[in-house]
Amino acid sequence: MKILVPVKRVVDYNVKVRVRSDGSGVDIANVKMSMNPFDEIAVEEAVRLKEAGVATEVVAVSCGLAQCQETLRAAMAIGADRGTLVESDTELQPLAVAKLLKAVCDKEQPQMVICGKQAIDDDANQTGQMLAALMNWPQATFASKVALADGVTTVTREIDGGLETLEIRLPAVVTTDLRLNEPRYATLPNIMKAKKKPLDILKPEELGVDVRPRLTTLKVTEPPQRSAGERVADVAQLVDKLKNVAKVI
Amino acid sequence: MSILVIAEHDNQTLKGSTLITIAAAVAIGGDIDVLVAGHDCTAAVEACAKVAGVSRVKVADAPHYAAQGAENLAALVVAQAAGYTHVLSPATTFGKNFMPRVAALLDVAQISDIVAVQAPDTFVRPIYAGNALATVRSEDAVKVITVRTTAFEAAAEGGPAPVETVEAAADLGLARLVRRELTKSERPELAGARIIVSGGRGLGSGENYHAQLEPLADVLGAALGASRAAVDAGYVPNDYQVGQTGKIVAPELYVAIGISGAIQHLAGMKDSKVIVAINKDPEAPIFQVADYGLVADLFQAVPELTSALR
Amino acid sequence: MRESMEFDVLIVGGGPAGLAAAIRLKQLADEKGQALSICLIEKGAEIGAHSLSGAVLDPRTLGELFPDWKERGAPVSTEVTEDRFMFLSENGSRSVPIGLLPACFQNHGNYIVRLGHLAKWLGEQAEAAGIEVYPGFAAAEILFDDSGAVKGIATGDMGLTREGEPGPHHQLGMELHAKYTLFAEGCRGHLGKQLEEHFKLRDGVDPQTYGIGIKELWEIKPEHHVRGLVVHTAGWPLDTRTYGGSFMYHLEDNLVAIGFVVGLNYANPYLSPFEEFQRYKNHPDIRRFLDGGKRLSYGARALSAGGLQSLPKTTFPGGALIGDDAGYLNASRIKGIHAAMKSGMLAAEAVVEALAAERARDELEAYPKAFRQSWLFDELYKARNFKPLMKKGLWMGSLLFGMDQMLFRGKAPWTLHNTADHTALKPASECQPIDYPKPDGVISFDRLSSVFLSNTNHEEEQPCHLQLKDPSVAIRINLEQYDSPEQRYCPAGVYEIVRDGEGGAPRLQINAQNCVHCKTCDIKDPTQNINWVVPQGGEGPIYQGM
Repeated sequence: MKILVPVKRVVDYNVKVRVRSDGSGVDIANVKMSMNPFDEIAVEEAVRLKEAGVATEVVAVSCGLAQCQETLRAAMAIGADRGTLVESDTELQPLAVAKLLKAVCDKEQPQMVICGKQAIDDDANQTGQMLAALMNWPQATFASKVALADGVTTVTREIDGGLETLEIRLPAVVTTDLRLNEPRYATLPNIMKAKKKPLDILKPEELGVDVRPRLTTLKVTEPPQRSAGERVADVAQLVDKLKNVAKVI
Repeated sequence: MSILVIAEHDNQTLKGSTLITIAAAVAIGGDIDVLVAGHDCTAAVEACAKVAGVSRVKVADAPHYAAQGAENLAALVVAQAAGYTHVLSPATTFGKNFMPRVAALLDVAQISDIVAVQAPDTFVRPIYAGNALATVRSEDAVKVITVRTTAFEAAAEGGPAPVETVEAAADLGLARLVRRELTKSERPELAGARIIVSGGRGLGSGENYHAQLEPLADVLGAALGASRAAVDAGYVPNDYQVGQTGKIVAPELYVAIGISGAIQHLAGMKDSKVIVAINKDPEAPIFQVADYGLVADLFQAVPELTSALR
Repeated sequence: MRESMEFDVLIVGGGPAGLAAAIRLKQLADEKGQALSICLIEKGAEIGAHSLSGAVLDPRTLGELFPDWKERGAPVSTEVTEDRFMFLSENGSRSVPIGLLPACFQNHGNYIVRLGHLAKWLGEQAEAAGIEVYPGFAAAEILFDDSGAVKGIATGDMGLTREGEPGPHHQLGMELHAKYTLFAEGCRGHLGKQLEEHFKLRDGVDPQTYGIGIKELWEIKPEHHVRGLVVHTAGWPLDTRTYGGSFMYHLEDNLVAIGFVVGLNYANPYLSPFEEFQRYKNHPDIRRFLDGGKRLSYGARALSAGGLQSLPKTTFPGGALIGDDAGYLNASRIKGIHAAMKSGMLAAEAVVEALAAERARDELEAYPKAFRQSWLFDELYKARNFKPLMKKGLWMGSLLFGMDQMLFRGKAPWTLHNTADHTALKPASECQPIDYPKPDGVISFDRLSSVFLSNTNHEEEQPCHLQLKDPSVAIRINLEQYDSPEQRYCPAGVYEIVRDGEGGAPRLQINAQNCVHCKTCDIKDPTQNINWVVPQGGEGPIYQGM
């Protein structure tokens, strides 16, 4: 079984982003970039399935700038076998990425696509579901457990207020939630080996995909600072406010 | 303009998230139809017809909508979408699951998690975990939108709106729900809890942490959290930690007890809807973000609060 | 069993010294048609993540390394256009006419840079040249061969528990062996410190002396910004017995790097370099630049200031110390990047020569020899009396150093000596507490909101990387005699004395996750009880061009 894992290059999880003072966006020039953490979980899950003998090959795919090769190398250091970059300088929105991934899936014919549930930059939470729809495949989003046994794929999903377990037909798209696994530390030898793994580069035009953005960002601002509310005199007043003004209890 | 809202419900009751989504639809303006897809969902439909601002309730009742799987639901919505300018659903795990499928099948972008409506085609949504707000405009004929459920006031009661039945789409048979386990324990998980009671180093010890906070969390049905200082001091394990290096939470109510409010902690809870702070130090930075601040000795105030709520 | 890998040359640390050494090695090897395997590791999450400096760059060495640095797109574009030097008093200031300043204080022809960006760019040049560059890996241990020569380093284990046991994601470290290992960890490298001890490299030289530099990056209003302006101050808020001063450098894009350096030979344990910096920013002549601006970033780093007298022996069998791991900074010019790079290049030249002669793991004697014949030696020789004179207090020191420089052009017939910083603290009972103003949240800030802007991160589940040799000393000596000065000199709020419950016994709480890797505690702890070791690779601050 072949597993495809889309990975996105985003501003590192630990780096605080700065909104440009002219409102034109978030300053990401010269900022540390890393693999989207949810995608790292996806790579880890695919590699574990391969190590368990369930999967035979793990292919990492990234869409975006030439620097996404670093992200693919990082996926290969965790254990992906090879990488594909769909290189584009255009701002790629989720629908465009889903279409590019569909084209790659048509080529690669994977049995499963595992991707992060959302990227920590645009927080869209769309690409996996869109890809599943375009492929007319089932999906299991927000997965906290994936089990393949006797031809049945069972996925436990994190939903509001609890868990749900789905049985899905393959091929399918699975998107990862935080608790699915904890990715391993990439070792130095594996990082070195990853440099030698195959990586091919495609262009959206070769795949026949129109990647034009559909949403225009008019401005980006800092969220309003939370301001101090009121001081209450005692517990009775606090309870009154919570019950009758804020209405949260 | 004509808006289709996809209702979140469990066949019996309508979820509050639907009322908020309807409120967002009202903010966009135009006729608002609500689609209830479910099975034996009369109660949910009736609740829906009684919401102010709803023009019409459409019902698709079929066994394969009972569990509201994304594949079948998206196919139904696409079949019903003709003539609408907007399709809305809450940005809960329900809406997030199937709405991108709807958008992809309609070949339009989705606008996720909107927190404000600026124009029928222009919306504000958080990016970078809420550290920035993007104002985006959609060029598409149909706007597919999910709505952040803390961003709008729930629609009030009104109506009644007429109810009409629509044809169910075919069962795609791509996925099957095996089981759904809703968390029943009185102590919800920290991530996703509606109310969080969180303690800091002001509690002085692990024993005090449990003795003071657990009874309060019990009466509120709240999850328990802690500041890093409390974790570092060994009062509670690391998975209690709220903050930059712990969990990022956004409950409806966050009660910070004996927490000074270091910025690392604030980074993890500042998106909470209502923040209450109880601290004896009137200068504690937590008061700068608290909606309700009580300057008091927590060892008196917390038991008092617990018994007042009991 | 740890895996191991062999290289011709291993470089520990991806700052200007390490990267210049790596690039020079490759250049020389390529010239000679020599195949050379070079590996550089860096504990920061990326190259530049742990680099912090003012910084005004003397481009001399960059030009020696890359005569075409401009064409290559080096992030060195803001030439110094104006130099100002002010002596501050609490409410006023007196500017010193620039012509009266010794030449070392003048910056004509120099550039204002963001060292992190320069390092990142050097890292890209190195990788493009075929050097193996691995950020995110911390050198935790020195390895010796049977003859006692350094044969390389081991990277630290990942995924240990707090108690040091293998956790569920445990990953053994790795051994990296080389014919020569160059240590370029920067000031007070924790392996460099061990090497100095092991090979007695400090015998016969003065103790190293240090400063702590605390820096912020601001975006200020365009009307307050003068691209290329360099402002240095001395005086207030420090008393005249404490060595230190400020810098403010106007970069491109309305950015300003502003910072404060305090000599770590200060005596009063109540002194807080962080708070001195915060209140300095509220001086009317400084604040007017910052008003209406926004603080973007924060960081701190110790720097070596002892100069030539404090420079240890830099070689030992199997390797060498380069850059600030040895201590080449020129304190009088407040510049070290050009010196660090130069020392790395000199060491690289010695390594290439040794490898060409098929030598391995012996002493690179050609490196210190070449240093003594270099312009860098002349520069440091002229500046050698600066730091010792500054011990005499600001006014006397400035006067004497001025004489030293103006009358003797640095060639005075005397050389003064340095003493170890940690011995300088006086007991708290002999000192006055300092009443620092509360941060206003606009111009001045507290520690934690500052650390927040350094993008610092450490996995919580790992052994504490700030070790106490004797935990009881923290209370018995540090608290009782010195009122726990680590609470104040640490710029990241790592150390706190806490009492659990009312009237509980005091204990030292170490918030190791906050650590910005500045090494001040390792230097200034009065009994040298605090030992800084590396945490997991890839952790610590992630500075974005500091």
